[in-house]
Amino acid sequence: MSAAAAGAARLSYREALREGIRAALQADPRVFLMGEDIGRYGGCYAVTKGLLAEFGEQRIRDTPLSESAFVGAGIGAALGGLRPVVEIMTVNFSLLALDQIVNNAATLCHMSGGQCPVPLVIRMATGAGRQVAAQHSHSLEGWYAHIPGLRIVAPATIDDARWMLGAALACPDPVLIFEHVGLLNTEGEMRADGADLDHAAIRRPGRDLSLITYGGSLPKCLEAATRLAGEGVEPEVIDLRTLRPLDDALIFESVRRTHRALIVDEGWRSGGISAEIGLRIAEQAFYELDAPIARVCTAEVPIPYPKHLEDAALPGVEGIVEAARGLVARGG
Amino acid sequence: MPSLGSEMESGTLVEWKIKPGDVVRRGDIVAAVETEKGIIDIESFEAGTIERLAVEPGMRVAVDTPLAWFVGAVAEAATAAVATAPVAAPAAPAPAPAVPRAAAGGGAPRRRISPAARAHAAQLGVDLDAVQGSGPAGTVTLQDVEAHARAGARVAAPAAPAPAAPSAAGRSAAMRQVIAAAMSRSKREIPHYYLQAALDFTPARDWLEAYNAARPVPERLLPAVLLIKAVARAAAEQPGFNGYYAEGRFQPSTAVHAGVAIAVRGGGLVAPAITEADRLTLAALMQALTGLVGRVRTGRMRSSEFGSATITVNSLGEEGIDLLYPIIQPPQVAIVGFGSVLERAWVVDGRVVPRAVLNVTLAADHRVTDGRDGARFLARVLRHLAAPAEL
Amino acid sequence: MSAAPAAPTTREHALELLGAMLRIRAFEDRCAQLYTEQKIRGFLHLYNGEEAIAVGVLGALGPADAIVATYREHGHALARGVPMGPLMAEMYGKRTGCSGGRGGSMHVFDVGRRLYGGNAIVGGGLPIAVGLALAEQYAARPGLAACFFGEGAVAEGEFHESLNLAALWKLPVLFVCENNRYAMGTALERSEAVTDIHAKAAAYGIRAAAVDGMDVLAVEAAARAEVAAIRDGAGPGFLECRTYRLRAHSMFDAQLYRDKAEVEAWRQRGPLIRFTTSCKATGLISEEDFQRLERAASEEVEAAVRFAEASEWEPVADLARHVYAERAP
Repeated sequence: MSAAAAGAARLSYREALREGIRAALQADPRVFLMGEDIGRYGGCYAVTKGLLAEFGEQRIRDTPLSESAFVGAGIGAALGGLRPVVEIMTVNFSLLALDQIVNNAATLCHMSGGQCPVPLVIRMATGAGRQVAAQHSHSLEGWYAHIPGLRIVAPATIDDARWMLGAALACPDPVLIFEHVGLLNTEGEMRADGADLDHAAIRRPGRDLSLITYGGSLPKCLEAATRLAGEGVEPEVIDLRTLRPLDDALIFESVRRTHRALIVDEGWRSGGISAEIGLRIAEQAFYELDAPIARVCTAEVPIPYPKHLEDAALPGVEGIVEAARGLVARGG
Repeated sequence: MPSLGSEMESGTLVEWKIKPGDVVRRGDIVAAVETEKGIIDIESFEAGTIERLAVEPGMRVAVDTPLAWFVGAVAEAATAAVATAPVAAPAAPAPAPAVPRAAAGGGAPRRRISPAARAHAAQLGVDLDAVQGSGPAGTVTLQDVEAHARAGARVAAPAAPAPAAPSAAGRSAAMRQVIAAAMSRSKREIPHYYLQAALDFTPARDWLEAYNAARPVPERLLPAVLLIKAVARAAAEQPGFNGYYAEGRFQPSTAVHAGVAIAVRGGGLVAPAITEADRLTLAALMQALTGLVGRVRTGRMRSSEFGSATITVNSLGEEGIDLLYPIIQPPQVAIVGFGSVLERAWVVDGRVVPRAVLNVTLAADHRVTDGRDGARFLARVLRHLAAPAEL
Repeated sequence: MSAAPAAPTTREHALELLGAMLRIRAFEDRCAQLYTEQKIRGFLHLYNGEEAIAVGVLGALGPADAIVATYREHGHALARGVPMGPLMAEMYGKRTGCSGGRGGSMHVFDVGRRLYGGNAIVGGGLPIAVGLALAEQYAARPGLAACFFGEGAVAEGEFHESLNLAALWKLPVLFVCENNRYAMGTALERSEAVTDIHAKAAAYGIRAAAVDGMDVLAVEAAARAEVAAIRDGAGPGFLECRTYRLRAHSMFDAQLYRDKAEVEAWRQRGPLIRFTTSCKATGLISEEDFQRLERAASEEVEAAVRFAEASEWEPVADLARHVYAERAP
């Protein structure tokens, strides 16, 4: 049911992802899905539930637990003219396919002198917050954003969950889509009828600081912004949407107006994407800054199991509010 | 000596498998060479008879060094000294001499000033030493600089001595060139339209006289201050006359930085800006103007003072000229010129009386505004000048 | 070993096979020399001794079939029809190279001839071949994917994952294992508990055979049989071609891991000597034929070197081109 037909449709992030996949399968017979437990099981996070019955085994393929083989097969199928959507159950398991992603998907086009573009889409669940401990809680978007040849996107809204997949399939380059597990149950209205992969978006205009984030940290930043507004501080909340390429223009334009930057990233602090964004601001908007660049990241620990420790490790609304207050503080 | 790997720089000949006079075919193993990876057999890629061996077993030579010569090889190459140059092992880096630690610095800690505050202070001509920092750990912020400027604190002379000034004549010639370029560009690129109005300046003049009479000399105002303020207020009230024309479109400025045309000793005119002129009190405006004029006269303008005006005011003051047709300073989009205040005939209640008359001319960019807009703008200026107490 | 004897062949076909192998040998030997002269840089892995496999298998494939090979792929490129000039230019790194000079010796791509590398990661090409085969099956096209790899790849997880997936989905893949007994410097017996490679493939339910990789006719016959079966929808096939690498793993290799006597013994059993001897013995070809083919190969190689020498470098300003696709594929 299109957004227009339903008025503004209200649906969950999970449903929006499913709608995007369904629309892609209907639109192009070359599109098919491959991944673990996406068919009979309905998807680890129930994103692909019902699709096997609707589209059949040719197009919804359950794979063995062979990340390297099925990601590589996705690359081969893309080279062979198809439009595969490979689902790696979570970013944690993608490490088994790193060779295929970094040495092949990212590299073939450049290394072959342009003969082998790889129009492959890889979707992965990402993020922490469910007490599933260290090996299941990574946020490696920043790592992947380090690799030239890849495009890295992180849908954080219902609209982006619905429409980014279609845009990724239309893109001739390998696109990695990171779907944060904390967002799956969020609900909202679908308002857009498309998405691009190149631009960030201002989710909440503001004046006193640029609050820059992506993915699962967006709701935390919006909540922090509401609290800060109550204290007379108006943050401008930016949803990066794409981590490679980064939308420099929007980031710098915002910092030029607010003169303060706070980056919120669920990756670890050292060498994460927060460092890249911060340094770009220092390189190109240095003279606009009225305060040092600040960031709130995950503590440098493997994510622990018990809730109180996990919460302490991850960026939280309170920590974001505190950091923002520090940026606008007077005196002391 | 063949290159066998990108990291191989030299090899040591271990053993010859040939001698002068031997016939060698392509692919024959001719020698054994020792490398970091072990002993490797060297094959010949040429066929022929060996004339002489150039390297002896035990010698280590660089990659590309000839090891042996075939009969008939080019004569002059054989005389190169290269063949007999052994290679010394690269020396281990000599230990660096101990560097004495720099003595711990004494003196006051460095002040913390944000980059934005620095840039803004330079733009306003604010001396940062005089600004109180209210940010964390006493950091001087944008807000602090703006507050300082608004309070109209006396502008301090720059702390560092001015660098040896070029000769007055030299400076003047250079300035002429800059003015020439700007004025040519203005006339070339900006479609000017002109509107002119005459104002009975008598009420304003009388008000000014009364104001000044009641105050000591340092607090008195010049008529120019009224003119600047009136134009600045009008510019803030009506869009289209305050900002820049760049990249093919008008970019309005929310702040009004009034450029004031000031004559330079030795010839030439500059028009540095008074920041947020519409928001300053007349007294603050007077101080800013005094400061600007003083710096222009002493040649101590900073380059950051130029280029920030969003509209310019040019008054001929006491020259005795009725009217001035000013030229817009690119990339601005308007300039207001004032003639001298002269006693002229005026009509009041049907009778001709002498009044202090001031002619105001607006030159504006026709790409941005037209005559009707200009007329309304000019009318605003006149209205403000007619009510100086409210300026 | 495969029981089927090498089929008799015609003089025309014998000249074709011999000529193809001689071209590869001449090219590889010239590359060795160029490498010592620093014209070719980086890593250089030469195919001497294994020519029969590339020539035998590629002769059984059609233009619509896809090929994935390793970093020791010059022979496969030549046998596939990649012209020698662009191949040599690629060795040099010149812009006229088949990969635009970007890849060098280890990354030969010619998508027009469906050659997808040139892969430097051992085992890394197998999943790609599986995907290429998947595309053929999905789109109901008659092509297959031929995947070449050494016996060293058998130790990598990707080998097992790929074979399993190909068998599970009955994909049209021809896996060709070039067992030259040494993975760089490690002999097969020192790295595999079970050294019978084709038995591993059979364990995944894949039709598998071992072939004398030094006998170009045996390789060709085995390949033809497998290609027919795969095109018939019988699922993936596996050929273990037993061969030997007459040169070192790469140029900078002191070969401390094997006996010179062993290498010499295998040299006498190499594919060129073997085939030439047997063809001369049956009167199929003469010594003049051999000399003629050898000369032709040598001339072709020299022309390729001249082409590479005269070609231009890619301008540095183009460094960032092709990181992302310039057009939709």
